[in-house]
Amino acid sequence: MAKNSRKFFIYLLILTFIVALIDLPEKFKISIPWRGGTIQKEINPPSINIQIGSLKIQKTFTTHLGLDLAGGIHVALEADMKNIPVESRMDALESARQVIERRVNFFGVSEPVVQHIKSGETYRVVVELPGVTDIDQALSLIGQTAKLEFREMNDISESTEAAFLSPTLENTQPVDLTGKDLKRATLSFNSNNGEPEVAIEFTPDGGKKFADITKRLIGKPLAIFLDDTPLMWPTVKTEITDGSGVISGGFTFDQAKRLTLQLNAGALPVPVAVVEKRIVGATLGADSVSKSMRAGFIGLGIVALFMILKYGWLGLYADLALFVYGLITLALYRLIPVTLTLPGIAGFILSIGMAVDANILIFERFKEECRKGKPWVIAMELGFGKAWDSIRDANFTTIITSIILYNPGNWDFLPSSGLVRGFAATLFIGVVISLFTGIIVTRTFIRVLYRGPKGGKA
Amino acid sequence: MIRFSKYIWIYIVLSSLVLVPGIYSLITWGLRPSIDFTGGTVLELTLEKKLTNDSLREIAKTNAIDLVEIQQSGKNTYTFRIKPTTESAVDAFQAQLGKEGGKIDLLRKDTVGPVIGKELLSKAIVASIFVVIAILSYVAYAFKSFRFGIAAVASLVHDMLVMFGSFSLLGHFFGVEVDTLFVTAFLTTMSFSVHDTIVIFDRIREYRRKDTRTKLTNVSNVALTETMGRSLVNSFTIMFMLLSLVLMGGETVRWFAVALLIGTVTGTYSSPFVATPVLLLLDKWEKKRNEKR
Repeated sequence: MAKNSRKFFIYLLILTFIVALIDLPEKFKISIPWRGGTIQKEINPPSINIQIGSLKIQKTFTTHLGLDLAGGIHVALEADMKNIPVESRMDALESARQVIERRVNFFGVSEPVVQHIKSGETYRVVVELPGVTDIDQALSLIGQTAKLEFREMNDISESTEAAFLSPTLENTQPVDLTGKDLKRATLSFNSNNGEPEVAIEFTPDGGKKFADITKRLIGKPLAIFLDDTPLMWPTVKTEITDGSGVISGGFTFDQAKRLTLQLNAGALPVPVAVVEKRIVGATLGADSVSKSMRAGFIGLGIVALFMILKYGWLGLYADLALFVYGLITLALYRLIPVTLTLPGIAGFILSIGMAVDANILIFERFKEECRKGKPWVIAMELGFGKAWDSIRDANFTTIITSIILYNPGNWDFLPSSGLVRGFAATLFIGVVISLFTGIIVTRTFIRVLYRGPKGGKA
Repeated sequence: MIRFSKYIWIYIVLSSLVLVPGIYSLITWGLRPSIDFTGGTVLELTLEKKLTNDSLREIAKTNAIDLVEIQQSGKNTYTFRIKPTTESAVDAFQAQLGKEGGKIDLLRKDTVGPVIGKELLSKAIVASIFVVIAILSYVAYAFKSFRFGIAAVASLVHDMLVMFGSFSLLGHFFGVEVDTLFVTAFLTTMSFSVHDTIVIFDRIREYRRKDTRTKLTNVSNVALTETMGRSLVNSFTIMFMLLSLVLMGGETVRWFAVALLIGTVTGTYSSPFVATPVLLLLDKWEKKRNEKR
């Protein structure tokens, strides 16, 4: 066992070194006085930039901070209400806001703020996205109406030559089948040429309509329009009764993915235009953030000191394990990446508490066993074994809680918005990692380094 | 061994001291919702001169403007988030800003909707109910008895009421608001409370495995005595972190830290003094019912 532990100890050191590399501070300048002058060097976390054939792996490790801590992009979209009756404009604005919020959430930007604003006769939706660097990409996702519509050719004689004639709004008419009839859209790839395409599935009603339309239009083209531009106009070969179809239109992967997201989130009820975009500062105030960071570090220091005072060497090993915990968690935040906000930090603090708790449970058990007169090596293993039941059950309930709050299935009746989700994600990561460091890492440190309590007593 | 079970009346008194005023306050005054829930006015302008945050807050105060947030972007551009108020009050505030800060370049003056819509709030409540059901079932499964699950959930509900009650009181007397951060603190407390309860229940379970004849009351007294040290040590470590945030952290984070602190204290208290007594009561009831049969 001791030999295995030693091996594992070395793996642990390597792991710690790697995550420490990922955790290197960003743009941290050091200057070393050397032979009269100073050496200036800027430290940055490493970045991966590998090219294997056509596969390109590119990854930089930076911390994503939320709007409250670091600011982000602020975009104001103005809704064009001229076709909407005055009394239902507020409703239209609210549903536009909801659609945009859903798109942003699907897009994977965490902790966004999506708000509607009415001032005078202008109707706006304000979107604040933390940590998004590509403004244009974000805009193309949230700003497009994404109105999907199926249309047929007006003139039958024209449509026989349809392959040579592009459909326009003028020479086609709607067939009463739109994006609203969709149940779900998924990204798929063409089995022949591997091109990205969007597979659509209709609602039962939509499926019936689709079957009727395809039956009526056999041998004729059915045009698919997105935001009043024709995407494709395939000729119907047979009646399609299974309520599904495929939209392909020479998409790039990103285009197909974006269209999928937009179709799933629904179309905007009103067209919107970007009226403002800019970079904003931290909403909590920069001085408040730095003060709180300092307070957090002081608090952590007190906890570490407390553990050493209460448990001696054992406390020190627990602190070391806690340090490894901090490094791994931060590295994961950068790898996944998780957008760190104040609620997220609350989840982090709570999981630190639980990591420390696992060690306290173990050490208290260890002391009990020692008091019963067992030799410390056996008492220590017993301590780990007996504490495990309660650690498992306590952490398992927390894991269940974080999964429900995260809502991985994007269920409608549970929250899928940033605020709760950010908290749940950090809590989940924290608890899982703390189980690893609080038990396995601490145990390895103790097995390899600990030489027993002074005078044989705990 | 300390005979904790003898002093159940003390726990009832202690809990009532916090719960009764809290629930009274919740019913009569409710909670003070922040701009996150209510919406308000956003004022954005550029000043000629740079003003410190303190002097900006001072100006707001003299004009009876309820400032929620000051955000600086760019050089001397400020965004103020203001609670719903009259148009004239905002105008007066703006005028005095011009007096102190030089020429004003008004960029934006809007009335905004809430960040947390009703939709999110009701979904968060649904999620909490799911969490409670999941915890109830898991604890009942892990401890092979529904009584344990019900007792754990009872202490959870106790902690929720303490948090809402104390923030209702804080809101009434000190103007403290309930915002998005409070929602997070509340969720944190939910997890912490159950975590602590399970540690104690685990001890009871361990002794019951060895010996099924001893009364549950005695077993629980032994378990509480043995876990008390660990409960206190653990809670102290979290309280150290939070106290340092309350005392030294920034203004905007303070009430968040207070909420977490209240949650930690009640979470620690409720495990031995709410969950365990409830478990004993349930056990008694069941015994009585069985005897009658």
